[in-house]
Amino acid sequence: MSNHEYTPKSKIGKWFNDRLPLLTLANHLTDYPTPKNLNYWWTFGGILTFCLITQIVTGVILGMHYIAHADLAFESVEHIMRDVNYGWLIRYVHANGASMFFLAVYIHIFRALYYGSYKSPREVIWIIGMLIYFLMMATAFMGYVLPWGQMSFWGATVITNLFSAIPLVGESITNWLWGGYSVDNPTLTRFFSLHYLFPFLILGLVVLHIWALHVPGNNNPIGIDIEKPSKDTVPFHPYIVIKDLFALLIFLLVFAFFVFFSPNILGHADNYIEANPLVTPAHIVPEWYLLPFYAILRSVPDKLLGVIAMFAAIFVLVILPWLDTSKVRSAIFRPIYKQFYWFLVADVLILGYMGAMPAEGTYLLIARVATIYYFAHFLIILPFLGLKEKTIELPLNITEPVLGGSANPEMTKNNSNIRSNL
Amino acid sequence: MKNFFKIIFFSILLVNLGNQKLYAETSIELLKVDWSFKSFFGKFDRASLQRGYQVYTEVCASCHSLKHLSYRNLAEKGGPEFSEEEAKAIASNFEVIDGPNSDGEMYERPAKLSDKFVMPYANEEEAKSANGGAYPPDMSVLVKARKGGADYIYSLLLGYEDPPSGMKLDDGVYYNKYMYGNKIKMASPLSDDIVEYADGTKATTDQMAKDVVTFLMWTAEPHLEARHKTGFRVIIYLLILTVLVYFSMKRIWSSIESKV
Repeated sequence: MSNHEYTPKSKIGKWFNDRLPLLTLANHLTDYPTPKNLNYWWTFGGILTFCLITQIVTGVILGMHYIAHADLAFESVEHIMRDVNYGWLIRYVHANGASMFFLAVYIHIFRALYYGSYKSPREVIWIIGMLIYFLMMATAFMGYVLPWGQMSFWGATVITNLFSAIPLVGESITNWLWGGYSVDNPTLTRFFSLHYLFPFLILGLVVLHIWALHVPGNNNPIGIDIEKPSKDTVPFHPYIVIKDLFALLIFLLVFAFFVFFSPNILGHADNYIEANPLVTPAHIVPEWYLLPFYAILRSVPDKLLGVIAMFAAIFVLVILPWLDTSKVRSAIFRPIYKQFYWFLVADVLILGYMGAMPAEGTYLLIARVATIYYFAHFLIILPFLGLKEKTIELPLNITEPVLGGSANPEMTKNNSNIRSNL
Repeated sequence: MKNFFKIIFFSILLVNLGNQKLYAETSIELLKVDWSFKSFFGKFDRASLQRGYQVYTEVCASCHSLKHLSYRNLAEKGGPEFSEEEAKAIASNFEVIDGPNSDGEMYERPAKLSDKFVMPYANEEEAKSANGGAYPPDMSVLVKARKGGADYIYSLLLGYEDPPSGMKLDDGVYYNKYMYGNKIKMASPLSDDIVEYADGTKATTDQMAKDVVTFLMWTAEPHLEARHKTGFRVIIYLLILTVLVYFSMKRIWSSIESKV
């Protein structure tokens, strides 16, 4: 936050700003003091904003040509691919954009986990972020149903059936969700409606997410509190803007590669077969970004408990700021946490892999071990580690390690007074 | 330790991205063809597309529809690129029902460029009853709807064999080593010289399979050439812009004691 009051230079600017302080907001956003040692893992916030805007713009255009009707949806998608000018481009950007969005959000989340960005005073940013993540999964799931291919139909059937596990009212809830007694046209039309609505809810939450961020300011790789503005910070514009832009362009190169040269590799071939309620595909799998949760769901033998475990897997993330008892944020200064962090990364990837495999034999066993470890990480390891772990001394400010070119803890002995501030 | 996990991280990520490999349960190696449309600059072989269309019309079309295509597509850029006259002549071979006219009557007329490809059967039930209960799938996006894509369809066309001894097949069921479950209700559709190519190419089974698969790749992905061409331009544009932005960034950050 800038500590000086901003006044527009022009008279008309001042007149307007007194009535609606948009210029003050713009000034705050450009001057916003940002830690100068942010690494490239911090560029994914900007990348994610880009992804959201791209999905909304391409989605609105697709919505002009798509027909949400069980008999016409598949055909209308082919119409977009063949007859709409650059329809193939818009649809492939939208379809691959979802995958790129999740790729970026996973990096963003794991960055927060590594550098302890969810800890005080940033808990609210983190919780809003988790809400966004949850809405993203719901939106992506409903979007995947819209082309009305085989995987759309059967994916929708499997996921909506989860609610039937709820005791007593499960079946009524499922029928209510479907708008009938099976996944059919009413399901498709409501999914389309909600798929159009949710991105705007996400957009609203993103505004809150950024607002909440701008109150304490960014965390940084060292994870210490810094004075803002100070010699440890740079103004958001032009320093962070140009860096985010550079990272975005690298990201776009990967994005473009998928869109233009491998547009269907992340999808499932079965979704180019029109939905048929009478033929069940050999394997029903969700999109890759939902696979870890799918693995957790299937690794529990009981249906209801499986559903609970799947939602609990997200819920433990929401309460993470209170599960991690360590006062030190960055994993750089937490040698043991750092190891467990990489165990967790490997664990989630293993879960993702098992989610794509048939739930039987060794696959199922590994998925079960990985599920148990996932919960153990958050519910057992993190609370105890925070109390027991001997952390490395923190530096006084970020200029010291930055000058050394790396966060070298040897340079920064006897700064225990800082630790009491955290 | 950290590097070790990074290696695990990226290798699992790569395996996950190579999603296609995940379901190789009956993993029989598909026949690989060096398709002209595969690479970054991949284009369709125009002559092969036209021959493929001929194979489709003379062999496949009696059972398999192409319901998402219109006759005008045959003359469009990036496809078989028949001349407009040729495409009109092709269309006029088919009768479509139009109407109602001013008397309220439906009537038959020859198809025009704007008409969709005429389907071989009136509905799915008729198709099934004519084919021993199996529905010949629509071929518009067939290549994209099968794991393995073009290679799979090609392999399937050449994969007919005598069943292994001890395997009993019902009437109208054939053995194909690439089919899921090895049983297929379509008899081997291709045999040498079943069509006579206008351009004098020898109509071997292998040649016809390649041509018709090329044609089906185009029906599934009619804008493939435009996609490759645009993609190449986009990548070049992004690369140049990335380099420019990189140097701007270096310059802007040069006064800050922090590296970017």
